[in-house]
Parts: sequence; structure tokens; C-alpha cells
Amino acid sequence: MINALASLGRFGLAAIASVGRAHLLLLAILAGLPSMLVRPRLLVAQLYGVGVLSLLIILVSGLFVGMVLGLQGYYVLSQFGAAESLGVMVAASLVRELGPVVTALLVAGRAGSALTAEIGLMKATEQLSGLEMMAVDPVRRVLTPRFFGGFIAMPLLAAMFSAVGVLGGYFVGVGLLGVDDGAFWSQMQAKVDFHEDVVNGVIKSLVFGVVVTWIALFQGYDATPTSAGVSSATTRTVVHSALAVLGLDFVLTALMFGE
Amino acid sequence: MQRGSRPGAADARAPSSRHDVAGDDLVRIRGLTFSRQGRRILDRVDLDIPRGKVTAIMGPSGTGKTTLLKLISGQLRPDAGEVLVDGQNVHRLGRGALFELRKRMGMLFQSGALLTDLDVFENVAFPLREHARLPEPVLRKLVLLKLEAVGLRGAARLLPSELSGGMARRVALARAVALDPMMIMYDEPFTGQDPISMGVLVSLIRNLNDASRLTSIVVSHDVRETASISDYIYIIANGKVMCRGTPAEVAADDSPWVRQFMDGQPDGPVHFHYEARPLEQDLRGAGVKRS
Repeated sequence: MINALASLGRFGLAAIASVGRAHLLLLAILAGLPSMLVRPRLLVAQLYGVGVLSLLIILVSGLFVGMVLGLQGYYVLSQFGAAESLGVMVAASLVRELGPVVTALLVAGRAGSALTAEIGLMKATEQLSGLEMMAVDPVRRVLTPRFFGGFIAMPLLAAMFSAVGVLGGYFVGVGLLGVDDGAFWSQMQAKVDFHEDVVNGVIKSLVFGVVVTWIALFQGYDATPTSAGVSSATTRTVVHSALAVLGLDFVLTALMFGE
Repeated sequence: MQRGSRPGAADARAPSSRHDVAGDDLVRIRGLTFSRQGRRILDRVDLDIPRGKVTAIMGPSGTGKTTLLKLISGQLRPDAGEVLVDGQNVHRLGRGALFELRKRMGMLFQSGALLTDLDVFENVAFPLREHARLPEPVLRKLVLLKLEAVGLRGAARLLPSELSGGMARRVALARAVALDPMMIMYDEPFTGQDPISMGVLVSLIRNLNDASRLTSIVVSHDVRETASISDYIYIIANGKVMCRGTPAEVAADDSPWVRQFMDGQPDGPVHFHYEARPLEQDLRGAGVKRS
């Protein structure tokens, strides 16, 4: 019993210490912003790594999610004679929820895990220590550009996910199931509000961008510098990011759309 | 010759043959103590690194040699004691001042620690681009000269993944001297090298030290190679300096501990078997007790 309590205490203390280290790292990353702005090439390289290289999986996933929404939405709406509202349903679902959330989950799985593995391996192969010994701050040189790369790429990827998803819904609804073309677009234009839906979706994406990239970088930087340590850090990145995104999505949705 | 480990007694018991530049030590370590996970790695170590010389720090694996280098370079903080590098207490410096000091210190890591996404040229150019704001043609010439010094100008456009272990260390050496530092620390430079690569590294370390008037600290357990290029040797074990002197003095030392290490004897004061319960007790099925 005492041992179980001691283990629980140790686990709790380790978790609190880890959260503290993560916040200190975030502060150090943010403090590196001015030096990153002096060298925008570092940011551009990370925008390519996190953003452009994630584009294919985002576009393909967005297309399929939009097509599924088109199918499911049509079968439900048509039972109430509201099949013409399919455009609204598809677009609102995507920009409010599915775009930011699924994009964040996909980025966590593709780019987040890659960031953790990269930073963890840099630590294991003493590249970060090497930078320190060359009087170069590894947080500012390596982590800050990656953080802002993820922060900027996330809403852009979510926007593309949503745009392609709407096209997928259009293809299924209008192209295959015979929903009226004009009704699909006009109802979408009329009912999807820019501030209420689009801006709130972008805010969600920005928050997810911070959280997913922060978790990925912290897990890599804090990883035990062994192959097993990097492996478990990569797993933790995906698990923690997914839980954080889904939990934060509920909180943000309640704040934005709750009465 | 000093032997044994009476704390704080290093200077008092210093040998008459102790390097003759005592007033010109680049690194001065006093009472350095460091523990990790409850285990004492270094125990009140006193040590001096003379300016302009090659000083070897030798000892069996796991005795804190690399830890000592990390303490000298300020990558780790000691529990007690002080490290003075060129008169500055490393662990009392702010981050900016420490980074300024590190621009004058080079370190060759055991793995080379090359940046894997940059080619050889860019790896060597990296510290110059970060700190020296040179025009591109000047930087190019400097990098090519550094690579020429380690014999790898022809490999300038290769990636680190395309280099052998010995080549990677030579590139790392070229990078370490890119900013013309006052000292270089070598962490196990000979480990895992074939005889040719080892010979190349041995002569490079000595020649670079003499040609560039560097101060070199070589951490190694390769006795013959390290002794051949050293002006002064410290042997540490169990967290203490066990022996110090010129290569000839260390070679002539007849203490069992030094003889076991220098001659590579499998058993002696350092036992072949890791500390354990009697074999019969384990074989009777009590299981192997985890420490």
C-alpha cells in the first residue's frame, strides 16, 4: 500500500516536473523569435518540412472526409426533404470542426512524430551538444523555427483540408446524388458565417498548431537519448497531441459556440 | 609522482617534474565534485591543463572522463569545486559570457556530432556563418583551408552519412578549429578507428596543436596512441586522480593500479567481475538481484 502510494507520488512529481520543463522550453522557444526573424530562411525551410510535405496526406484525407460527409449528410437530410442544405452541412462541419481537428491529428501523426524523432536523434547523436559547444543556442537555432513553422502551417493546411473537403462533398452530393448545384453553393454562402464559423475555425487551428508543435518539440528535446527513448518519445507525441487536440476542441467549441 | 587520492592534496604532492608552466595553466580545476543519480562520478578532483601542451586524461571506461570535459566546457554544473578556463570561472558565467568563452573552445565529440542535414563544407562553415560574418569568398577559402588541413578538401560536398567514422571525426576536427580556438577538447578520438585512421588522427592532433599553438585535452583509454602524443598525462579512476606525470613517468610507475591500466591486464585492483553475490547463491535459484 505504502509502495503504491509512493509510486503514485513519484509519478505525480515527475508529471509536474515535466510540465514545468515544457513551459520553460516554450518560453525559451518564444524568446528565440527575434533571432529567427533575422534569418527567415530557417523558417521557410521548416514551413516546407511541416507544411508542404504534409500537403499530400492533408489533401487526400480532406477529399475523402468531404465525400463521406456528402454521403452521410445526403441520407440524413433527404429524410427531412432538406437535401439542398447539404452544402451548408458539409462546409460548416469542415470549417468549424473537422478541418482544424483532423488536420491537427494528421499533422501530429506525420510532422509531429517526425519533429520528435529528428530532435531526439539530434540529441542522441550529440548534435545539440555540438551546437552548444559552438556557442549556438540549439533552442533558438533548431526549435524556434520548427515551432513557428508548425504554428503557421497548421491553419493553412486546415484551410486546404476544408476547401478540398467541400469539393469532395460537392462531387458526391451534386455529381453523384443529384443535389441541385445552385442550392448547394447558395445555401453555403448564405448560412456559413465568416466570423462565427471561418474565423473560429482558424483560431482553433492556431491553438492546435501551438499545442501539437510544442508537444512534438518538447518530447524530442526531453527524450532519453537512446533508440528506445526516441521511440517512446515519438509515441508520446502522437498520443499526447491527439488527446490535447480533442480535449481542447471541446473547450474551444464550448467557448465559441456555447450559449 | 602523485598517486592515490587524498583530496585537495594534488598541488601539495605535485611532482618535481610537474609541467614547468604552472603559472600559465589554461585550465585550473580545484575540488571538483560531481554526482549523478546518487553516484559520485568525480570526487574533489584537482587538475591543471598547461597552455600550449597536449594533456591526456586517461582511465577506464565509465570513470568520468567525458563528464570532466562537459564540466570544463560548462555543459554540466558541478556539485562543488571550480573550473577556471583562461582565468574565468566557467560555472559563474552568464549564458552570454559562457557562449563567448566557448567560441574560443573547440570540442571533438566521440560521435563527431556533425549536423546530418548539412554537407561537409557547410558543417565546417557553420560556426563561421554563425559568428564571423565573413564575405562568402573569404569564408569559402577558409573552409577549404581547414578541410585541406585534415585532408578532406575533396570530400567537401559529401554528406555526413557518406563518411567513414574516421573521416567524420576529421571533419569535426576541421569544424572545431574553424574559429581558431585557444583550446580543443577531444572526447575519445580514437575509439572504433582502424589503424590507418587512428594514425591519421594521432598525427593531426599533435600537428594541429603545435602548428596553431593550441592547448589540447585528449580524453581517451587508448593508452599507447594517447601517450605517444601527450606532454602530460592524468589517469583518473573511481572519481579521483590516481596518477599524473609525463608519459615517461607514468610508464615507469610501478603501482599495481597504474600497471594494470597501462599494460591492459584483465584482473588486478580493478576486478574482472562486477560486484555480485556468490555464484552458488545465484545458481540455487534465488534469482539475480537487481541493484
